[in-house]
Amino acid sequence: MENTVSDPTRMTLTDEGPALVTGPVEIELPDGRRVRSDRPVTALCLCRRSRRWPICDTSHRTKVRETPKDETDEEDDPC
Amino acid sequence: MLTATGAPAPPTPRGPVSEVVVDALRGGPVRTVEPGDPYGDDLQLALHCCYELHYRGFAGVPADLEWDPALLTLRRELERTFLAALRAEVPAGDDVDAEVAALLVEPRGPHVRGVSHHLRRAGELWQLREYVTHRSIYHLKEADPQAWVIPRLTGAAKAGLVTVEHDEYGGGRPEHMHATLFAEMMRELALADTYGAYVDRVPGVTLAEVNLMTLCGLHRELRGASVGQFAMVELTSSPGSERLVRGMRRMGLGEAAVRFYDEHVEADAVHEAIAAHDLAEGLARTEPELMGDILFGGAALLELEGRFARAVLSAWDAGASSLLPPACG
Repeated sequence: MENTVSDPTRMTLTDEGPALVTGPVEIELPDGRRVRSDRPVTALCLCRRSRRWPICDTSHRTKVRETPKDETDEEDDPC
Repeated sequence: MLTATGAPAPPTPRGPVSEVVVDALRGGPVRTVEPGDPYGDDLQLALHCCYELHYRGFAGVPADLEWDPALLTLRRELERTFLAALRAEVPAGDDVDAEVAALLVEPRGPHVRGVSHHLRRAGELWQLREYVTHRSIYHLKEADPQAWVIPRLTGAAKAGLVTVEHDEYGGGRPEHMHATLFAEMMRELALADTYGAYVDRVPGVTLAEVNLMTLCGLHRELRGASVGQFAMVELTSSPGSERLVRGMRRMGLGEAAVRFYDEHVEADAVHEAIAAHDLAEGLARTEPELMGDILFGGAALLELEGRFARAVLSAWDAGASSLLPPACG
């Protein structure tokens, strides 16, 4: 993920997920709108399912409808 | 309760083990004591106190107590008890690809139990404030427990970890630091944002998760487990943050309150890709013998998360607080 002055911008394509781009980046959308991300690495949505498109929100994940018998208590937490 | 240096006062003991440790913080001798229940309030608070000496210490406690041999000996015994319980509880795995793939499946529907699911659907403001109170133990030192492991990694795993940590620390901007964003959210929710302010209010099940992070961070032997638990946090975080954002908006909270979890939806979408690919797989490539520990670290964190969620939800189901009552006097 290194990105020094002499290095080209690196874009990493993941299997089913987003494209990771070293930033900061400005993304121009088809309607001319520009979205800016100042993070060191930005995840760009390629599947178009993101509620925050063009930024990935992990909506590409497979979703499974859970039945009452199959409860889980596992909790997810931000880091 | 705070000194100018930001160190909190030592907490109130919850049993014989934490009493020995708190006595030691106040200059007493380190007496011999049985560790007791590995997940219990007493052991977890004792371990928390031992670990805080490595972070910010306590008001009025000499900094060099961090390396007190008697206290370190007791800490080691508590760690062994905690670790043995986790090793017995958590099934051993050996297939990192399968485990990651399983985590990337998102359960949906009205029957999914979980604290963030509840807060999104029907949680009340007092429950959100309790959740944030529990989480403050970690988030006010967010990314710190994992920083210990940096010098123990090389190559892609090290670069991956540092990329994520750099982002957690605000990418060089203190005002963007995640711990700072969390403190701002606490103030918006009329909670005290001072470091350690709620240690006396959170149960052992809350302290245990952060203790696991520090345990794995401080021991080079457990570097695989540290990477595994960190990758697990990153892999499971983004959808949970999204649910919390939606819950908070439903409660009518403003952008200043929502910002912390909102930031984590996008940040952790990046982190999960780096954590799975560069960090966990990177370490497994350079040190294949650590595969079992990488999986153990992730599974142990999930086990503790499950215990936390069950404790919080069962209290709320009964209409009760999930926190300990405030101290009298």
